[in-house]
Amino acid sequence: MTLKTLITGSLAALALGGAAMAQEAAEPVTAGFIYVGPRNDGGWSQHHHTSALEMKEHFGDAVTLLEQESVPEGPDAERAMTQMALSGADIIFTTSFGFMDPTINVAARFPNVKFEHATGYKTAENVSAYNARFYEGRTVTGYIAGAMTKTNKIGYIASFPIPEVIQGINSTFIHARQANPDVELTVIWVNTWFNPAEEANATQAMLDQGIDVVLAHTDSTAPLARLSDVGGEVYGFGQAADMIEYAPAPRLSSIIDNWAPYYIERVQAVMDGTWESENNWYGIREGMVGIGEFSEVIPEDIRAEAAALRDSIAAGEYHPFTGPLNRQDGTPWLAEGEVADDETLLGMDFLVEGIRTQLPSN
Amino acid sequence: MSNLLAINPTLLAIALIVASTPILLAAMGELIVERAGVLNLGVEGMMITGAICGFAIAVESQSPALGFLGAALGGAALALIFGVLTQYLLSNQVATGLALTLFGLGLSAMIGQGYQGVRPPPTSALPLPVLSDIPVLGPVLFNHDPIVYLSFVLVLACWLFLKYARLGLILRAIGENPEAAHALGYKVVRIRLAAIAFGGACAGLGGAYLSLLRVPQWTDGMTAGIGWIALAIVVFSGRRPWRALLGAYLFGGVSVLQLNLQAAGIAIPAAWLSMSPFVITIVVLVIISARGKGDAVEPAALGRSFHASQ
Repeated sequence: MTLKTLITGSLAALALGGAAMAQEAAEPVTAGFIYVGPRNDGGWSQHHHTSALEMKEHFGDAVTLLEQESVPEGPDAERAMTQMALSGADIIFTTSFGFMDPTINVAARFPNVKFEHATGYKTAENVSAYNARFYEGRTVTGYIAGAMTKTNKIGYIASFPIPEVIQGINSTFIHARQANPDVELTVIWVNTWFNPAEEANATQAMLDQGIDVVLAHTDSTAPLARLSDVGGEVYGFGQAADMIEYAPAPRLSSIIDNWAPYYIERVQAVMDGTWESENNWYGIREGMVGIGEFSEVIPEDIRAEAAALRDSIAAGEYHPFTGPLNRQDGTPWLAEGEVADDETLLGMDFLVEGIRTQLPSN
Repeated sequence: MSNLLAINPTLLAIALIVASTPILLAAMGELIVERAGVLNLGVEGMMITGAICGFAIAVESQSPALGFLGAALGGAALALIFGVLTQYLLSNQVATGLALTLFGLGLSAMIGQGYQGVRPPPTSALPLPVLSDIPVLGPVLFNHDPIVYLSFVLVLACWLFLKYARLGLILRAIGENPEAAHALGYKVVRIRLAAIAFGGACAGLGGAYLSLLRVPQWTDGMTAGIGWIALAIVVFSGRRPWRALLGAYLFGGVSVLQLNLQAAGIAIPAAWLSMSPFVITIVVLVIISARGKGDAVEPAALGRSFHASQ
């Protein structure tokens, strides 16, 4: 063996070994998250953020986390996503309904980057959609609201007339009526996800008109803050986050979004190279929708009924949209015992019979 | 239309005043600043800085009064950054004001770390003796928290100051022609700095009104554009105090009314209702200004830098 072969041989071995080592400590996967609000809004964006942190903790150094908060829905969102894709993100989670079209547009320009869009319905080769069946949570809070109101008037602060919010209004109303056949539901559209002053003003307007239980479908804790400032027998619920700091009153219970298991599952899929475009819609059963602790202010029998409702949904025995149900204009929607299919729910653009408020588009 | 009966006019009027107060406070401060010939676009930044300064101090001291004082000082301190940059270093007022808004939003988010979900000490209402017993007017005007009364007094004081006070005349002269005022021996830069600090203090109070009373809580970005509305009301009111009051109450009033109409189930499309505060306020103020045949005040030196050597 000449010196030359020895040297080349060892060099080759070194190179091979180096390559193997590089393979082992694989490039960390870069996961990006885009939030519509500040990541400490106490609600929606914060729960995506904490779930992202949980995912990061699960993987440790194998994952690099990129986050961009307070991104407006619209053209600016495309800029933020493009920026993230250019910074080397392997998978980008866009966490608001209004990011749907921007996500699809940007994904087309970065075929090697995986995108996951929350709460929308459009998918592409490299775009998955994921959503939580919030309406399952609304079933339980709606039931409690119906049972707890003394004035038989409950209010719903709604952001935009999109399917997710409409499902929430319908589910709330149907189950409030189950608990209390005389209950009336009033909806106020605030046309924003995040504006604490406006959310507080809407809460006050409801209180001024004798509504004593307020359910919110916006992102801040302002409605609960207002209710707690007013005090007395007025109630609300945590939304997106537990908002336990407002327990035992005015917060009666809450709908908690738990995205962490899903984020871990999907980032793992990117690592394993098994990621595929999917449309995932998880609920109470999968743990994506959690129900917060019931406040002791709620009478014990109602707490038991609400828990039974939650458990029957988790067990798959009960579907929140089970017939007979009519649309608002009185035309039949679901026959006795019939269950709504996902396609109708994902495109839901009508209210059910008995709700007085009209949808803004009508 | 029987639903309309569900709206209680007294409660509506009370809600109107409460919803308008933060806008009114910020607008009154900016009005004085602009009459001195300075355009400060940083109202939003000063409001949110006041919101968190007031909130943090009220929580730490458990005293809402100290909180409001801190909010005014915080807003004034931020405004003085703008003041030093534009009055001594002669930076462009528009750019500096915009930067102040961005800076205020960031600074408030930083100070606010750890104040989410915290409950501020309650500010108790202060019904004025005798006055609050007047039927209708009593509960609407004289059964509020002290800051609402302060806003009433502030409008009156600003009007008296601009119309009758000697210092008010000097301030207006500086807004119209700083060179002439300087030649007469008035301290242009110092008076402008005082006006800027006053504007910041008022904006800070307005912000704290949201975080300590209206909502009440601290959340990042919680002013959500109210500062810009105050700024627009100053312009559309022709920089006249009573008209700014009208503008602020109109905006707050229509905002509250549209929410109440929705709550009463009146069938008007929600999109129309949501934009109504903006449209109605602008239309009314423009009509008033047009009928006044150009009595809107547009200080001649508004937004221009002044240096004694020029």
